[in-house]
Amino acid sequence: MVNLAAHASLHHAPARAIPPPPLAVSVVPGRDPAAVPGRAPRGAAPAITDVKLELRDFGFAYGSHRVLKNLNVAFENRKVTALIGPSGCGKTTLLRSFNRMHDLYPGNRYEGSILLQPDGIDVVAPGVSPTEMRMRLAMVFQKPNPFPKSIFENVAFGLRLRGVRRHGILRDKVEQALRDAALWDETKDRLHAPAYSLSGGQQQRLCIARALAVDPEVVLFDEPTSALDPTATLRIEELIESLKDKVTIVIVTHNMQQAQRIADWTGFLYLGEMVEFDRTEKMFTNPASELTEQYITGRFG
Amino acid sequence: MSGSVALPASVPGAARRRRVFADRFWRAVLGLAALSSVAVTAGIVAVLALESAPFFAHVGLGRFLTDTVWTPMFAEPRFGILPLLAGTLVTTAIALSVALPAGTVIAIWLSEYAPPRLREVLKPALELLGAVPTVVYGYFALLVVTPALQRLIPGLPTFNMLSAGLVMGLMIVPYVSSLSEDAMRAVPALLREGAYALGGNKLLTALTVVYPAALSGIGASYVLGIARAVGETMIVAVAAGLQPNLTVDPTEPAATITAFIVQVSLGDLPHGSIGYQSIFAAGAVLFAITLLCNLAGHRLRRRFREAC
Amino acid sequence: MRSLQQTIALRRRQDRVFHVLGALCTAAGVLVFGALLADLLWHGFARIDWAFVTSYPSRIAERAGILAALQGSLAVMVVTAAVAVPLGVAAGVYLEEYAPKNRLTAIIEINIANLAGVPSVIYGLMALGVLVYVFGLGPTVLTAGLTLAALILPVVIVATREALRAIPRSIREASHALGATQWETVRWHLLPYSLGGIATGVILGLSRAIGETAPLVTIGALAYVAFPLPGPIRAEPPFLSFAWLDARFTVLPIQMFNWVSRPDQAFHANAAATGVVLLGLTLGMNAVAILVRSRMRKRIQW
Repeated sequence: MVNLAAHASLHHAPARAIPPPPLAVSVVPGRDPAAVPGRAPRGAAPAITDVKLELRDFGFAYGSHRVLKNLNVAFENRKVTALIGPSGCGKTTLLRSFNRMHDLYPGNRYEGSILLQPDGIDVVAPGVSPTEMRMRLAMVFQKPNPFPKSIFENVAFGLRLRGVRRHGILRDKVEQALRDAALWDETKDRLHAPAYSLSGGQQQRLCIARALAVDPEVVLFDEPTSALDPTATLRIEELIESLKDKVTIVIVTHNMQQAQRIADWTGFLYLGEMVEFDRTEKMFTNPASELTEQYITGRFG
Repeated sequence: MSGSVALPASVPGAARRRRVFADRFWRAVLGLAALSSVAVTAGIVAVLALESAPFFAHVGLGRFLTDTVWTPMFAEPRFGILPLLAGTLVTTAIALSVALPAGTVIAIWLSEYAPPRLREVLKPALELLGAVPTVVYGYFALLVVTPALQRLIPGLPTFNMLSAGLVMGLMIVPYVSSLSEDAMRAVPALLREGAYALGGNKLLTALTVVYPAALSGIGASYVLGIARAVGETMIVAVAAGLQPNLTVDPTEPAATITAFIVQVSLGDLPHGSIGYQSIFAAGAVLFAITLLCNLAGHRLRRRFREAC
Repeated sequence: MRSLQQTIALRRRQDRVFHVLGALCTAAGVLVFGALLADLLWHGFARIDWAFVTSYPSRIAERAGILAALQGSLAVMVVTAAVAVPLGVAAGVYLEEYAPKNRLTAIIEINIANLAGVPSVIYGLMALGVLVYVFGLGPTVLTAGLTLAALILPVVIVATREALRAIPRSIREASHALGATQWETVRWHLLPYSLGGIATGVILGLSRAIGETAPLVTIGALAYVAFPLPGPIRAEPPFLSFAWLDARFTVLPIQMFNWVSRPDQAFHANAAATGVVLLGLTLGMNAVAILVRSRMRKRIQW
């Protein structure tokens, strides 16, 4: 249905009728909110009606090397979108752009914009605080990276950052997050045991709980099961499915079968460009691009 | 998704401002702390320059560098740095003649010959030699080594440069051996295997392959050992005597630049007097020498790290 | 041209000879050191008794003790630690976590490497000119503490940086991904996790400071102190006194230096005893540092 190779036809009037709420995040006091940097001009909209994230001519460069270019894609709200493609083609780079992880290291440059709806904030605009963005877009990493603290403290850290002090509230939210991450039953009796005493799969679910505890709008998964055994992988996939109606999920995966199993939408990245972006079923049964077909049939990897 | 208490998507106004402020505040505080190290250097350079400038203006660089007698506290003072330089050079030379060969041999042995478990024990044991306060080494030099040497060299005075130099060498051995051994162990196994494959034994491989490959690291350790010897104070102050003496005979007592500074400080030092200024002049010379050594050693160590 | 067998035999002999030579050299180093230690203990250990530790120096060797030196060393160490630790840790954190890779940072780093190689007596000269005279602090405990703090600052900075470097990037990224600012990441994760490494470096730095003689002599520490330092506790509020900071003082290595410099043999025994105490303290601190390091390695394994 949507083939972004012909994106020129996408520019028609937006279907959204509700005006975006006043921006709480990137407004400089005293400035006219309509003139705020990062708010994209009205006019561009994809055919997806409920858009959460939108790439507009997005690119990324490291030093003089352009890693991503010409990305114009929309990610549907409360759905799972998978990013597939051969190694080194920019999937993780794109994912890490959503929560401004590249800001941590020198020599990186964003081009274009990533719009976060419903506010219309440009995530990568220079005036937008990366810390604020990271509070709305959470990330789960490839290798589980819990803090060397207790299970409870791992999940509570994000909450403490947001000023949640009262132990009662903390306890409730930690429990809720662990339940959402399907880890509560295994940890409810040892919340104060060190996180490192958990198995690899459990640690990854702990990292998911940690991300969920702060009610993010988007959860970014960077090959979350590549370091795990098949049983643990299955549990995480089931978990992702269960989270779908609460958060928008973008998942980078090397495993095409995984994309087929859990993703609603799939994007195929090759050498930094989005070759095809479509509903998963359509892409894998009837890909529009020959390159896509070659990749999913294993012609190259 | 969450329970009874909903969280805002991000933190509201006041708390956010507090976090942003805290972030900026601590960045500034920590940055200032980092500048403190620069302040120390600035203090050193400023003091040495400012306090010795009137001295050099009064004495003149030429006389300073060529006169052969150093008696700044006398009624008719003479300000030739040569005796102090001689003391420093002779003691340093003796120390290096012990530390460089021994340190290198030990380093080669530890890196190429010693069984790993023995190395784990010996390396820290050697490093302990560097942890001993230098005044204790001074005690050794004066009360243990000198009497022993006096049996070998009859007529050896109580204060002499030989004893101090030897003990200084002992103290510097771990500096040389530890850094050299690190440098040698960092040489890739591939290079060694090339030599072994051609039929070389350990010694040949060590001398023709490992040592040259690790040369910048080893050189760095030598240079740093030199700097350490030049800057050493208490061993020479205790065992070599505090009398400036222009000689290269190690059996004689002499004073080094560092010992002179200590000797004058032990007495009365009216601020601004020529005696007071003379220790800064001596210190300036010392600083210049050790600075050159340290810069050279640093340059060599960086080259060694890049080559890895 | 030698035959092949001859060459092989020669090479093997060479290796054996060098093996022995190297082992002997290493053994010689350790043994000579052991011999010197033994001599120190032989002459000094017997001299250490309660009276020795609780007496002030005296003209009579048998009645002299190290009480003043102990007080001075303790007081100076307190000041040294109180200054060097916050300053050094803060500087280390900044250089490792905040500093951009530019010219200024490179200069600061080279500067610290240089400072580590500056002879300690020059720190004394710097303190003499700046602290004693320009700032007017005088030859007091405070000045001594500041001098030694400047001396061990590079040690603390390097230890902090190494400890921070050991923390994997993934932890930093996890913290940032949750929305933490740089300071929050440092305060809640990086500093707590690196405390063990920092503590090790601090203890090693202090063990070096306690044995330093030359810089303190240069700023005017006394060689003969027969009076106590003013105590830190007062009878009236606010119950804390800082008069001890402004007092003249001596320290253990200077006391030893003073005694070893006397021709009288009896004082040499005192010097040996002081040496034993000093060595015990220094080596003890090194041992504690090693213990802290291994305990910390067991607790957090990255």
